Amino acid sequence: MMRRLPPQSHEWIDRSRTVNFEFEGKQYSGFAGDTISSALLAEGQTTLARSFKYHRPRSVLSFANHDASVLMQAGDVPNMRADVTPVEDGMQLTAINTFGGLEQDKARVLGALSRFLPVGFYYKAFHSKRLFPMWERMFRFLTGLGKVDFAAPHLRTPKQYDFCDVLVIGAGPSGLSAALAAAEAGAAVVVVDEQMRAGGSSTYQPGSRMAVSLLEKVQAQPRIRLLTGTCAVGYYADHWVPLVDKDKMTKMRAGTVIVAAGAFEQPAVFRNNDLPGIMLATAAQRLLTHYAVQPMQRAVVLTANADGYRAALDLLEHDIEVAAVVDLRKAHAGGIAESAVHTRGLEVYSGACIYEAIATADKRGVKAVKIARFDDGQAGPEQVEVACDGVLMSVGWAPAANLLYQAGTRMRYAKDLEQFVPDALPEGVFACGRVNGVYRLDARIQDGRRAGLAAAAYLGLAAVNESPVVQAENESPTHPWPIVAHSKGKNFVDFDEDLQLCDLQNAVQEGFDNIELLKRFSTIGMGPSQGKHSNMNGLRILARLTGKEPQEVGTTTARPFFHPVPMSHLAGRGFNPERRTPLHGCHAKLGAVWMPAGMWQRPEYYAQSGKSRTQCIQEEVMAVRTGVGIIDVGTLGKLEVIGPDAAEFLERVYVSKYAALKVGMTRYAVMCDESGVVIDDGVVARLADDHFYFTTTTSGAAAVYRELSRLNTMWRLDCGIVNHTGAFAAINLAGPKSRAVLQQLTQIDLTPAAFPYLAIRQGEVAGLPARLMRVGFVGEWGYEIHVPAGQGVALWNALMAVGEIEAIRPFGVEAQRLLRLEKGHIIIGQDTDGLTTPAEAGLDWAVKLDKAFFVGQRSLKILAAKAQKQKLVGFMLAAGFNGTAPQECHLVIRAGEIAGRVTSIAWSPSLQRHIGLAYVQVDMAEVGSVFTVRIGNGDLVDATVVPVPFYDPANLRQKEAA
Amino acid sequence: MPLRLLRFGLSKKHPEPRMFTTHDQLKPAYDAVIIGAGGHGLAAAYYLAREHGMTNVAVLEKGYIGGGNTGRNTTIIRSNYLTPEGVQFYDASVKLWQDLSQDFDLNLFYANRGHFTLAHTDAALRTSRWRAEVNKHYGIESEVVGPEEVKKAAPMIDLSCGGHAPILGALYHAPGSVARHDAVAWGYGRGADQRGVEIHQRTEVLGIDVAAGKVKGLQTSRGYIATPKILCAVAGSTPRILKMAGLDSPIYVHPLQAMVSEPVKPWLDPILVSGSLHVYISQSARGELVMGASLDPYEVHSTRSTLDFPEGLSAHMLDMFPFLSNVKVMRQWAGMADMTPDFAPIMGKTPIEGFYLDAGWGTWGFKATPICGKTMAHTLATDTAHPLITGFSLDRFRDYALTGEKGAASVGH
Repeated sequence: MMRRLPPQSHEWIDRSRTVNFEFEGKQYSGFAGDTISSALLAEGQTTLARSFKYHRPRSVLSFANHDASVLMQAGDVPNMRADVTPVEDGMQLTAINTFGGLEQDKARVLGALSRFLPVGFYYKAFHSKRLFPMWERMFRFLTGLGKVDFAAPHLRTPKQYDFCDVLVIGAGPSGLSAALAAAEAGAAVVVVDEQMRAGGSSTYQPGSRMAVSLLEKVQAQPRIRLLTGTCAVGYYADHWVPLVDKDKMTKMRAGTVIVAAGAFEQPAVFRNNDLPGIMLATAAQRLLTHYAVQPMQRAVVLTANADGYRAALDLLEHDIEVAAVVDLRKAHAGGIAESAVHTRGLEVYSGACIYEAIATADKRGVKAVKIARFDDGQAGPEQVEVACDGVLMSVGWAPAANLLYQAGTRMRYAKDLEQFVPDALPEGVFACGRVNGVYRLDARIQDGRRAGLAAAAYLGLAAVNESPVVQAENESPTHPWPIVAHSKGKNFVDFDEDLQLCDLQNAVQEGFDNIELLKRFSTIGMGPSQGKHSNMNGLRILARLTGKEPQEVGTTTARPFFHPVPMSHLAGRGFNPERRTPLHGCHAKLGAVWMPAGMWQRPEYYAQSGKSRTQCIQEEVMAVRTGVGIIDVGTLGKLEVIGPDAAEFLERVYVSKYAALKVGMTRYAVMCDESGVVIDDGVVARLADDHFYFTTTTSGAAAVYRELSRLNTMWRLDCGIVNHTGAFAAINLAGPKSRAVLQQLTQIDLTPAAFPYLAIRQGEVAGLPARLMRVGFVGEWGYEIHVPAGQGVALWNALMAVGEIEAIRPFGVEAQRLLRLEKGHIIIGQDTDGLTTPAEAGLDWAVKLDKAFFVGQRSLKILAAKAQKQKLVGFMLAAGFNGTAPQECHLVIRAGEIAGRVTSIAWSPSLQRHIGLAYVQVDMAEVGSVFTVRIGNGDLVDATVVPVPFYDPANLRQKEAA
Repeated sequence: MPLRLLRFGLSKKHPEPRMFTTHDQLKPAYDAVIIGAGGHGLAAAYYLAREHGMTNVAVLEKGYIGGGNTGRNTTIIRSNYLTPEGVQFYDASVKLWQDLSQDFDLNLFYANRGHFTLAHTDAALRTSRWRAEVNKHYGIESEVVGPEEVKKAAPMIDLSCGGHAPILGALYHAPGSVARHDAVAWGYGRGADQRGVEIHQRTEVLGIDVAAGKVKGLQTSRGYIATPKILCAVAGSTPRILKMAGLDSPIYVHPLQAMVSEPVKPWLDPILVSGSLHVYISQSARGELVMGASLDPYEVHSTRSTLDFPEGLSAHMLDMFPFLSNVKVMRQWAGMADMTPDFAPIMGKTPIEGFYLDAGWGTWGFKATPICGKTMAHTLATDTAHPLITGFSLDRFRDYALTGEKGAASVGH
């Protein structure tokens, strides 16, 4: 029977504040400061959970989050760690993964069937092809832990960046000592500890005044920040450590890291070692000291070290009867605590083990243990039964070295300690205390000081410290084989996964005799606690079965996270950058319907009341063809290259020639990768001999700038590249009336003689400094006007104002796509794919193979000698076609085989026909030939190859006479 | 409960033999040596023994069975590729997968869950249509579907993805499945072992012995082996092995990371992939959410994890499934993806006689395990490339005959 004790001197609960909550439909109360488990235990509710596989009743084991025996559902929060989560008023808790509640869990029948469900049983059956779906449904019904609530809110937690000289992980005696030493040497120190209060083991293990005074010094040291309730969940390259607390994740970049994370107390393996009431000694001590919860009334203490004897004395202090102390060791040095135990007249069984625990009639607790001799790691045949209602296990430790492993520490198995300890630490990483194999309190404090000074020395803050490494213990606190076989099993090695000793034996028998294979087949260490309480015993079992030393067996890879981290904390507030051009507000006012273009938002078209999308787009098209249209092209990549080698640089990165391009002129530019595939296009303009301004596609801008920067770094040409994409606003004014509109706003001579097609001019437009290019992407007389981003709105408004008389019409991306299609201009990425060459896309006219060098030249030369496979052609559907038109990416079919695909298709308002571009095999590309396209429903549609451009093939629209 | 589990309850001793024989010694010579005991290497060994009668074969593994990318991938199986070569190859793989558990008498948990590649842009929708059309042409079930079909299969999804990446449609691929990855290696390993193939774990290859353009043998950490035929199936370690053989390849190695949540009661049936959000997700039979994203953007020959990965992936997960805020990520890891310029694998013969290459598996290797093993076994046994893999030869890079699969890669690269 568990109950609350009278006030304890260092308890963590606040008895003045009662907390009321619900568990499994019943009301409970605890105190502020209680964890969920401690509050329930104090009220006598000892069964807290059901186990994963066999649905056995479970209660606290480590009470320190080293096992995941007690997970609960708290409203919409699944898998809450009840042992360490503070209880809150109004919590509504249930056990997870039960079928009919904690008490009457119907799935407990699985425990009785365990003989038929050996390790990996699910690999051995259920795989008839016909029946598997049914079995799978059953598995999916039975597995999983907590429930996801689809109505749970999207939590957006903050993230924080932080910096320190020394990050100490663990605020136990060695960590505090390390922090103090480093801070006194001048370092800015942060100490983190996942517990709600600092002090580590000293807060619940008796006799540690030394640690208390250390904590006081740490708290008084201004260079130390002490963060409790904060878990260092991983170690990443260059001392990059995420710190997770209840509300946020802090990304800490430390100058150096000291791991003082202590050790996980390890359970003993014997039959029924999972019954409620059987727990680690440190769990009982935490319950007694921090929460004033009496974990049992009559205990048996199973031990193999001095800690167990201390725990036995601790129980006596709290008026708990100790029925027996069972020591796995035969002979050992003994110590003060042990003498005291003998003096108090307790029954001590040396060289003995617990063979099994006997459950109470309701199976909710323990009523006795059977004690047997323990020879050579095996239980003797004779047993003594000792009545008790609880068992403490204190048989050894495993280092909390997870972060040391992640940092790349080589660990070695220290035989004298029966523990892995750091052998070679990575640069700037230090370890002290129990994780370093140091156990005595005074030694841990000394070891911490050593590590703190070493860290300070590493940072150049102290002289290199020569103090010797603290000597290891003379008596191992850890037993090498706390494991007892039992013919009836239920001697659990992994409590998360319900793995018994025989499961591991059987897995090894089946050939999974390598630590990683054993893990994967048996699932040991794969549960929510990631093996903190089970990996070491698993390793010992494997070593014994294979006749190897633990060193030889090795450990599995320790991966982030130390404790699982909520996605809300990892995600933070979410970061989805959205780019807007300076003209965004103008478009919004005009009723723009938005479409995403990479990170940008662009107007797809401008909605007009009473008109359909198609109508609006067609009107926009016709406005450009017959009057004047205006489109925001500010999303184009806008780069400059400046310097004596600027022309040479462009010669190398684009397929055309630019060395001879006249100042004041522009030229179309195609970029290929090394394999000769078209990856981008744009326009290059020469502003001066050593100064070019050029554009890229919207989607390619970032990648092109990155690649050009890489090439420039590699080639070391005398020129620099500047990315002006966000610095300029760009507007394309297009249509037969564009010149008339622009003329009203500028002194620049717009006559074709002074400003011919493909020229660039710099001057003022509407009083704004501008670059103007006469380009014709949409196939009409037009100007692309670039002004500094901040003046984009002024330019737009000025053009709209003077354009009013010509009925200027803003047009969106869809209209532009249609206009360019009529003109036969391709869109990289839509009319090309990851393998398209310039020749296939009809861009071979731009490729100058006779240049000295350009990226892709070698490949294009080789390709030029090969037969071309496909070609982009223009096509039209029959006049008057009124069936279902093909869509982009529908396939061209010839003789039942794939012979190409449609890349662009649209109804052309200018031509009153369906027009499009398609890749076809070269022998199908003849103008006038007919090919078939298979549409979504399988029907075939005929298309006729026609010349491109579809519209204005003679380019008359760029001539003044037009 | 199936009757076959009865024997476990009724027999005194665990009635299962070893899956893999331990061999204390390497033989001085084998008819063929396979480097790499991952799924691919073991599958090739299995089919060599089963279909070509070659059993004097050693599989060498520097680590342990299935410890490389076989045990690190997110276990998705599909055939909705883009090129005719890819589609036919992966379709043959899916057909083998469907019978594999029964073939092995080992439950691989091959679970047909349906696969949605979500399209958030009209460009993605176009690519989806392309893939669907090519797939249908070869008789593979793929369809472009609207957002309502996505909603039907996963009613809890936020179709607007937080408002900034609305789902416009998806490529739905009914045969999309997941399987228990480790078990695939064990199944092939056991089958090969039973037929006489020797699997040597913890045996590292240190050198390839080539003379006059022919394979002679190889140097290992446990001694020299003479052999006329070597199959290299080592994923991220391919450049290292090729260097030993004196071969060049266009392979570059990027880390590919993944992560898994704590188990929660199964709620997600289909496999979902979003290229724009860089997410792929399925829920395992244990209840864990298995999540992946795009390649790390730099070449690194190591399996170290980064923090950016779970941060970015979690953010995008919550865009799709905001209610997962309190679900915890339990573990993350990385594999080394051997990427090729055209996002298609490299299989077949090489300029060195007797040296066969199975590489370039980037982010698409697991699903190919059965068919790759089968076709590589054929290629090695007959010294002639299997017809299904002629489009994937190493020569294609020299000959500018690439097999462009970038459009079918699960997420952006």
